[in-house]
Amino acid sequence: MHFTINGQHHEVEADIRTSLLDLAREHLGLTGSKKGCDHGQCGACTMLVNGRRINSCLTLAVMHQDDEIVTIEGLGQPDKLHPLQAAFVSHDGYQCGYCTPGQICSAVGMLDEAKKGWPSHVSADLTDAPLDDHEISERMSGNICRCAAYPNIVDAIAEVAGLSDEQRQPEREVAA
Amino acid sequence: MLGLEKLFGGDDTNALKMDEPHPESLLDTGAQDVIGKPLDRIDGPLKVAGRATYAAEYDLDNVAYGFLVGSTVGKGKVVDLHAEIAKAVPGVIDVITDYKTFLRNPGQGGETKSPTQGVESVDYWGEPVAIVVGESYEAARDGAYRLQQAIDFETKEGRYNLDAYRDEAKTPPPGVIPPDYKQGDVEKALAEAAVTLDATYDTPSQNSAAMELHASIASWDEDGRLTIHGAYQMPSSDRQQLADALGLSKDKVRIIARYVGGGFGSKLGIAPESVAAAVAAKTLGRPVKAVMARQQVFDATVRRSDTEQRVRLGADADGRITAIAHETLGSNLPGEGFFEPTGASTHFVYPGENRLITHRVVELDRLLSGSMRAPGEAVGMLATESAMDELADKIGMDPIELRRRNEPEQDPQKQVPFSTRQVVPALDKGAELFGWDKRKGVAEDRRGEWFHGLGVATAARSNVLQPSAAKVTIDGQGRAIVETDMTDIGTGTYTILAQITAEILGLPIEVVTVHLGDTDAPPGAGSGGSWGAGSSGSSVYLACEALRKQVADKMGVAAETMTMKDGRVIADNRSVPLAELVGDGMSATGEIKPGKQEKETTQASYGAHFVEVAVNAVTGEVRVVRMLGVFAGGRILNEKTARSQCIGGMVFGIGGALTEEIVHDPRNGRVANRDLAEYHVPANADVPQIEVHFLPERDVHANPIHAKGLGELGISGAGAAIANAIHNAVGVRVRSFPITLDKLLDGLPPV
Repeated sequence: MHFTINGQHHEVEADIRTSLLDLAREHLGLTGSKKGCDHGQCGACTMLVNGRRINSCLTLAVMHQDDEIVTIEGLGQPDKLHPLQAAFVSHDGYQCGYCTPGQICSAVGMLDEAKKGWPSHVSADLTDAPLDDHEISERMSGNICRCAAYPNIVDAIAEVAGLSDEQRQPEREVAA
Repeated sequence: MLGLEKLFGGDDTNALKMDEPHPESLLDTGAQDVIGKPLDRIDGPLKVAGRATYAAEYDLDNVAYGFLVGSTVGKGKVVDLHAEIAKAVPGVIDVITDYKTFLRNPGQGGETKSPTQGVESVDYWGEPVAIVVGESYEAARDGAYRLQQAIDFETKEGRYNLDAYRDEAKTPPPGVIPPDYKQGDVEKALAEAAVTLDATYDTPSQNSAAMELHASIASWDEDGRLTIHGAYQMPSSDRQQLADALGLSKDKVRIIARYVGGGFGSKLGIAPESVAAAVAAKTLGRPVKAVMARQQVFDATVRRSDTEQRVRLGADADGRITAIAHETLGSNLPGEGFFEPTGASTHFVYPGENRLITHRVVELDRLLSGSMRAPGEAVGMLATESAMDELADKIGMDPIELRRRNEPEQDPQKQVPFSTRQVVPALDKGAELFGWDKRKGVAEDRRGEWFHGLGVATAARSNVLQPSAAKVTIDGQGRAIVETDMTDIGTGTYTILAQITAEILGLPIEVVTVHLGDTDAPPGAGSGGSWGAGSSGSSVYLACEALRKQVADKMGVAAETMTMKDGRVIADNRSVPLAELVGDGMSATGEIKPGKQEKETTQASYGAHFVEVAVNAVTGEVRVVRMLGVFAGGRILNEKTARSQCIGGMVFGIGGALTEEIVHDPRNGRVANRDLAEYHVPANADVPQIEVHFLPERDVHANPIHAKGLGELGISGAGAAIANAIHNAVGVRVRSFPITLDKLLDGLPPV
């Protein structure tokens, strides 16, 4: 089968039982995507497939013929970071770093969803759901961080989204 | 407890035993001005780019995949393994077990002996009895799943229920604290007290749930030396556990753990996959990678014990405590010495001449209990800080005022001074920052569908210094290299060790390189018990102090008269590049050890938690709306990473208060909620923007860098502040944690 990862074309023979995550980690040397639960519960394995964020542990590699896949390694390198990667560093949006690649890939996908006007569970208006801290927290809740860098993760994403303080904390019923 | 029987000694070793206070610190006289600064983590770019290598991510040639097979009975014996069933799966190489050598359960932190071995008899559900090895992960997993269903076990009657066996509870051997402490006459003092409280609290088993799964890649070289790329908090003692388990000398074991995806206690000791991978690799003559599945981490690593805690307080009419009794019950596997030190902070946080603190353990056939973030304080202070709130209610006193009236002048048991203690300043600062004066009466702040409430609790966590060594080298180009087998499990070790080095040697932080997590380097304290920064940081301090003397000798001046800054050495009206003085390079080893100071003073980090919750008037749903922690933990080495550590602890507090609970199947002890969908750790939407405020402090009794632990302070008391806020919001006092909405519904104010 063949597909593109991080702009590079790959032709591989994959066991039909191999998840997209295991293909990347065990066969392609791309260990940036992490395995935290293997059940789609923690989000550490989040990749972007055709621009959308998915749990790569929950999808078989053979389902991705001709797909365009981006992993954390494709977003930026240590000396040339993607703006979200840089913001995670400056806001300390991690501690142990294990969930971080998934958080960042998820944030890339999430910002695109928000840009397209997709609402979330906490959106008051399904047709007009501007990002704020609550929206970011809700939309990022598929990515668990046991070190609990959540407040810093929200700070990092809000900065990259270009949100002002007023935009981040609009008047809301407090416990939304 | 660490058992580093011999540290790297030698002529170039600068050793310090903390027998005396250490009032001077080179961190106060350094000119580089990087210590304490909120610098970005130096390992950050690698982490965010997915280039930091965790245990399972080393690319070894010819590696085979191992998958553990756990028991499916709670108590019994393997009768027939039926290995042929797994071997029939294409790609499976072998089924390997060694009933005597495999680990029954993980190791405890700091132990140098092997954890209990032997897996033919099954002592808890999920005990790993074999490992299936395959050419691919998929083959090994397939074989393991098929095998697990086919094993014949003889089932024995087991003990799975704490309540059923409470009468058989045993007094455990001494741990980090003695199991029992008595002072004065508690019963008499309670009988005579103007106000008393008698309340029983319980907390469930919990799981550390570090994001990185426990993993080992085991490989043997031709000389019979084992290398484990693994996920460990304390490599130097873990190496000794591994060596003992495998019958090797410790020189024959090397551990590499450069990046560790969280620990929170679960990686203090070695876990079952390590020995299984080592035995399999030896048998096959090729490296074996074994990664535990998330369910296996729940089944067979380590849990925090469930506890039951009876707290009795007696006070005079002014709220001054005269009697404290904290009687606690926990559980563990038979024969294991560890007990949850639930009363750890009860020994020193509040006064009262009459004291009773006890620990009993019920032996149960459930997975091992051991250390999870802030063992003792994390669950003990849920009870004691809730009890303080209840006592304040009974007296009709503000809970901050009650704590102010019970501020001891010295350790109430040892009668020695506190090295530092800023409980009252933390409460005062927090009250001001949080707007405590706006707190309303019970159930008096309803906003639409939500009741709001404020809660407070004291934070306290004992400070510990552990033996730790590090080597620092200045190379011929004037760059510094730090080497120790200390780990960074997310704590910021890489960065703070670089900051200490840069400050003392006067170097830009960019030219300091830190190598961690390799037992070929000098043995460090490891990450646990909040001792990492103080212990490992002090060893680096001492190495750098020795290097300063060597540089001064080359310069021909006294070290005290010399300033080092931006890679230059300034003294005697001369300014010389460091690189010109060091020749081909120079190195020194620093070594810190605990001494008399830990007996002559009581050392702890302190603080105060403030929480606002909203409780839904109809459903009882609880949301944490605001959270503030005010903390004093000696010198803050990096304001950014320190803040993150505190936030992380506080969020563990949210989990302990509201969501986290292992449910043991009463029929077999099995962890029924063995994954992250059923065991609820806080998610992003559960966590508000959290404020952390540090009070300036130096602890000259703790160590030469004057810093104390922070990683566990944030959790200690945090959950109680939430429970207290819930009481303020709706008037319901829940003493059974976690406080789920079903426990609130019956008591909510009428709609």
